[in-house]
Amino acid sequence: MLEKQHDPLVLGGVELASRLLTGTGKFSSRAQIAPMLAASGSEMITVALRRVDPDDHQKNILEYIPDTVHLLPNTSGARTADEAVRIARIAREAGCGDFIKIEVITDMTYLLPHNAETLKATEILAGEGFIVLPYMMPDVTVSKQLFDAGAAAVMPLGSPIGTNRGLEMKPMIKMMIELSRIPVIVDAGIGRPSQAAEAMEMGADAVLVNTAIATSHDPALAGEAFALAVRAGRAAYLAEMAEEKSYAEASSPLTGFLGE
Amino acid sequence: MSFLDHISQFEHFDFEQKFQEVTPEDVARTLERDRLNSRDLLVLLSAAAADYLEPMAQKARRITHQYFGKTIGLYAPMYIADYCTNYCTYCGFSAAVDFKRTKLTLTEIEQEAQAIAGSGIRHILVLTGEAPAKTPMSYLVGAVEILKHYFSSIALEIFPMDEADYKILVDAGADSLTVYQEVYDKKIYKEVHPKGKKSDYSYRLLTPERGARAGFRALNIGTLFGLGEPRSEAFLAGIHAQYLEYEFPEVEVSLSLPRMTKAKGGIQPKNILNDKGFVQCMLAWRLFMPRLGLTVSTRESAAFRNRLIHLGATRFSAGSKTDVGGYASQHTDATPQFEITDERSVDEVAAMIAESGYQPVFKDWEIV
Repeated sequence: MLEKQHDPLVLGGVELASRLLTGTGKFSSRAQIAPMLAASGSEMITVALRRVDPDDHQKNILEYIPDTVHLLPNTSGARTADEAVRIARIAREAGCGDFIKIEVITDMTYLLPHNAETLKATEILAGEGFIVLPYMMPDVTVSKQLFDAGAAAVMPLGSPIGTNRGLEMKPMIKMMIELSRIPVIVDAGIGRPSQAAEAMEMGADAVLVNTAIATSHDPALAGEAFALAVRAGRAAYLAEMAEEKSYAEASSPLTGFLGE
Repeated sequence: MSFLDHISQFEHFDFEQKFQEVTPEDVARTLERDRLNSRDLLVLLSAAAADYLEPMAQKARRITHQYFGKTIGLYAPMYIADYCTNYCTYCGFSAAVDFKRTKLTLTEIEQEAQAIAGSGIRHILVLTGEAPAKTPMSYLVGAVEILKHYFSSIALEIFPMDEADYKILVDAGADSLTVYQEVYDKKIYKEVHPKGKKSDYSYRLLTPERGARAGFRALNIGTLFGLGEPRSEAFLAGIHAQYLEYEFPEVEVSLSLPRMTKAKGGIQPKNILNDKGFVQCMLAWRLFMPRLGLTVSTRESAAFRNRLIHLGATRFSAGSKTDVGGYASQHTDATPQFEITDERSVDEVAAMIAESGYQPVFKDWEIV
């Protein structure tokens, strides 16, 4: 039983029981964040530093996140490695902890990550003791380079942010999972629980879901749905279920004649 | 290829006829499509599409939620000087209008900043007229350096500059640039800008490009409705935005829909854009460019803005004053550039956004 197994996601030495990571953007009200976290059991949530305001005249966004949940500040808005590095340092000084999700984006049409700049930022920030989770275009070679640079995990996109199109990058992500030495967290594009389950079944270590939860009519219920799907997918992966086949199994074996 | 080359292909384009040729079937077909081209934009701006506002709105809302979430960004304008050497026939700050001109000192700018920041606003839009002798670079840089201490994002809506000058302001800490073409129709442009530096159509048209090259991370453009024929103006503004998104993929592009209100000494608008036309234009732009920012100012009434939240808008100004020194009530004799029709406070606008099921976002940038 999955409940009884000790099967944590380990990121930079930190153990997380839930393999569903969530986000803070796009909610119609920040007050929806805590109930969503409670219902989904998510233990790590990403927040854009550009939205963090220590001088907020209302309630600072960080105050909406329970202390038991790990903060994953992200560098949204960065267009270069240098900007990402500076944002990460500001986040740490603002008390957001050592985790950092690197987002370097120079394409505002599809919001696709810039792998080369992301790699540069990863090297620098890992060297400064950050626990670095880079958001990236699925690429086996870059994944290995990120590992060498000190990343704690890699976060390939399933499909462009906010599109709900699921695992359009599936074949590439599959290869990354096969070859990666660090956790692979599928981030972006996961629009429904079935897609999250699909990612987990194929061996992803975790998924990050924001838009689909935040823009649903009932974010807490959506969060719970994703949590269940992630658990189902994880259990299926651990059970080493037979893979689907693209060809029929021969009913008359070719080697049957060899006899005993 | 600059946008000047791009737009020249429409110089002899018969917009009136092309808009008339659009059939309801064309509109239905466009609404089925995912990625729209300029032909689709034309279709959605046509009279035929006016009968499809509801399905356009449903799709626009869905797309906006998908890419921007249920959020509305907030900003406030700060007029720091109303000196102007231009003769725009529609503008209250025109050199032809006789009124007592004002320019804030750097100390007064700081007082304004304190008053605005006290309302919770973190994104500021700085405005001047076009009078470089009165508001030289040293003054503008001084203003940006003060504002950096109070705001997370500094946008400029000042007179068009060369790339090198913009670069100085970007390095000082300004991150966004707003510049409206006012009117894309060349002939009307000449009529309403009879003299002064602004009468140079091409220099103004290429201003957003120079801004992008100088390093502004966000550009906000638009046409001033009330001058040119609205459908063709909306079309040209739309393809201008798309051109900028394509040429400068790292830049966030937004469109505004300013429409003429009564300005002191100004002309009466020729081509009134009514509410229905306004909404059609906003929806067409949203469907044409899913990630386009759509900015709505307090020129629009409170009741109308409450509705626009659901129709693709992504950013609202709030608590705005359009006279120089208006927030800290300095220079109480200053003249507003245009009349505010949504006079609610920042808190009231934020509360309305929340009641509408959206999150008011005060801070969405970090100056690094």
